[in-house]
Amino acid sequence: MSKHFTSIAAAVAIAASSIMSTGVALADGMTQYVPLFVYRTGPYASSGSLWFAGERDYFTYINEVEGGVNGVKFAIEEFETEYNPDRAVEAYERSKGGKDGSPTAFIMTHSTPATYALMDRAREDKIPLFDPAGGPSESKNGLVFPYVFPLLLTFYGQGSVAVNFIAEEFGGFENLKGKKIVTVYHDSGYGRASQPVMTKLAEKYGFIDVQIPVAHPGSEQTAIWRQVRAEKPDYVVLRTWGVMTPVGIKTAKRFGIDTTRMLGDVWAGSRADMIPAGDAAIGYNAIAPYPGGSDFDVHAKLKEHVIDKGLSNLENSDADFGAVFYNVGVVNAALAVEGMRIAMEKFGNRPLTGEEMLWGLENMTIDAARLEELGMTGLLQELKVTPQDHEGGGAARVQEWTGNGWNLVSDWIAVDDSVVDPLIEAKAAEYAAEQGITPRVVD
Amino acid sequence: MNSVGAKPTPDLNAIGQAGSGRGTQSWAFLALLAALVLVPLITTEYVTQVVVLPVLVLGLAGLGLNILTGYAGQISLGSGGFMAVGAYAAYVLAIHGGITFFPLTLLLAGVIAGLVGWVFGLPSIRIKGFYVMVTSLAAQFFFEWLFLKFPWFYNYGDVPTISLPPMGLFGLDINGSYVIKYYFTLAFVVALTWMASNLIKSHVGRNWMAIRDMDTAAGVIGIDSKKYKALAFTISAFYLGIAGALWGFIFLGTTSVGSFQIDRSFQILFIIIIGGMSSIRGNYIGAAFIFLLPLVIDYFAKTFIGDTVSPGVLSNFQKFLFGALIIIFLIKEPDGIDKLLRQLMGRVRRWGRKRA
Repeated sequence: MSKHFTSIAAAVAIAASSIMSTGVALADGMTQYVPLFVYRTGPYASSGSLWFAGERDYFTYINEVEGGVNGVKFAIEEFETEYNPDRAVEAYERSKGGKDGSPTAFIMTHSTPATYALMDRAREDKIPLFDPAGGPSESKNGLVFPYVFPLLLTFYGQGSVAVNFIAEEFGGFENLKGKKIVTVYHDSGYGRASQPVMTKLAEKYGFIDVQIPVAHPGSEQTAIWRQVRAEKPDYVVLRTWGVMTPVGIKTAKRFGIDTTRMLGDVWAGSRADMIPAGDAAIGYNAIAPYPGGSDFDVHAKLKEHVIDKGLSNLENSDADFGAVFYNVGVVNAALAVEGMRIAMEKFGNRPLTGEEMLWGLENMTIDAARLEELGMTGLLQELKVTPQDHEGGGAARVQEWTGNGWNLVSDWIAVDDSVVDPLIEAKAAEYAAEQGITPRVVD
Repeated sequence: MNSVGAKPTPDLNAIGQAGSGRGTQSWAFLALLAALVLVPLITTEYVTQVVVLPVLVLGLAGLGLNILTGYAGQISLGSGGFMAVGAYAAYVLAIHGGITFFPLTLLLAGVIAGLVGWVFGLPSIRIKGFYVMVTSLAAQFFFEWLFLKFPWFYNYGDVPTISLPPMGLFGLDINGSYVIKYYFTLAFVVALTWMASNLIKSHVGRNWMAIRDMDTAAGVIGIDSKKYKALAFTISAFYLGIAGALWGFIFLGTTSVGSFQIDRSFQILFIIIIGGMSSIRGNYIGAAFIFLLPLVIDYFAKTFIGDTVSPGVLSNFQKFLFGALIIIFLIKEPDGIDKLLRQLMGRVRRWGRKRA
């Protein structure tokens, strides 16, 4: 609590100056309003606050060092949702119209349930929803879901990358035959989201797919891992979230399961998940469309211009700078900035509307050269987003926990589109039929 | 005292205001109704859709719980569960049953929730007070589990979120304009509130209050307490079910079990504690208070302090404030804001009479 009181005191102390500075920024009419739906309290706050700090730090960097995107600075406003989609709806309605004359070009939902809750509204209001590595897998199909962007890697894609990596570990797809892969999952939409793809891949490669649910929050898992043990798995995939991850790893170790033969999902692979698991987590792997680490070039820039100048949004920048969730935020903000840059080439250097931003995002190409300029080589994959493909990337790296940090053990592993795409098409068609949507025609 | 929600003396004020206040009351009511009808015309989309509409729906849910807790004296923590039943029933009726005439879907969803409420009310015949609350808690967790466990309830989607297919309403699309949504909700809420108010003034309501005030005495004077308790559970769940479907599909649009968890049950309970037990108006007053206070705090913080206070701090501050308010209300004024308003009105009237 004392930390909160200090921050209130600090807030009051600098309130006057901040009001003046935003006043100046708004006066020239060249700001882009960005509502951020955050959860700095509630069960997922520990991941969330790093994520939002990453985003804010990158936006601060663009504002302070580059003078905005082609001169258009960001005006950020946060809305607390506590990871509750109902509150996200309220925040959405409050922020969709923009603020002080600056339109809302995109909304970062930071939560798959919130993306679902806002999908229909965003289609009506023509505001792109940003949910990289989250959201409905089928929203990769931009013709049915024009305003949803599950950039980088969908949940289906995460299942596919997991199997590809496991095949590599066994020395090739032919060796998957007869192997048993047990998925221990958060019993929720998120946890189940990769099941259809695992079923398909099990058919294709002949491995046995076993799915075992864990109820939220999962702080006691003895029964579950006894069951896993009984299955004698050749590999274990964890699709957990929050406290469920470290408890799962520790309990697995106790039951004699080889934790170096465990692969965590995107949201089960952050430092905050590993530290509580202690030695049990050493050698544990995790899928990383957003690898952890602070050695990427962009981190040098952030360190010099944001962290060292005391402008960072991180509460503890010594420990958390370069954490996986911080990097998630940096990458998300960078994707938004790139989308804006591309849209501005067509619409001019001014604050953008949602429809203009849609064009920018759907024409976004980030190649190796651009990654180098951004200082994100190795942190972000090459992307090519089109109206048909809102994922754009479809690859992830795998990182291994060493006991005090992450070590990248693979290059970018691509999704098997031949398996995933038909599933996505089928789901998207089903959704379009259920909701009475006619897919867009794009030339 | 047979249960936690019981009040020591019957509050006759709650049964239709007798005497001189009557005229002023109905004028105030008509003025309020007129104001509500005008909302979409004179305010913004935001106010209509995100301020007034959810307050109406939460108020309706509060009314549902108030029937059970405030009038019949059975405390429940299963409100969220029954709201979920309503929402999922509406979805299943539309998707699997093909019933897309929205008012009918909604009523049937309410009836299904009512039947479910009847089943979960059965234990109240044998057990009392605190233990009834525990069975309602069981209902809450049972439905959270049920709707996640069986994919049929969310039409075999990858993710257990539900949103209605296009729904008809005399040729209008219910998912379309917010104005349609608002008037539809308003009409439903007003009609249901009017029904509840009549029900409470009838012998049913009097029997409920008799059971609430003393179960045994009610039995002695010939009230079939089993029947009326079961009825209270049924009708309460009917209201909660409809409120759940409205919340899920009219306010949110897309919903999931996440919108109807235990914190929703507590929210509804706080609405009736703060608004006023055994009061119809109190539900809406309480809903407005609970739903709008966070928005007001947020608004003032952003206007006067700027963006420098982390919203997390504000959110914790709200929880602190709610906790304090609930304790204060329970100790100082168990009849809630409604009673305070009534006292204030009475004082104004007496003052007016003195002047005249």
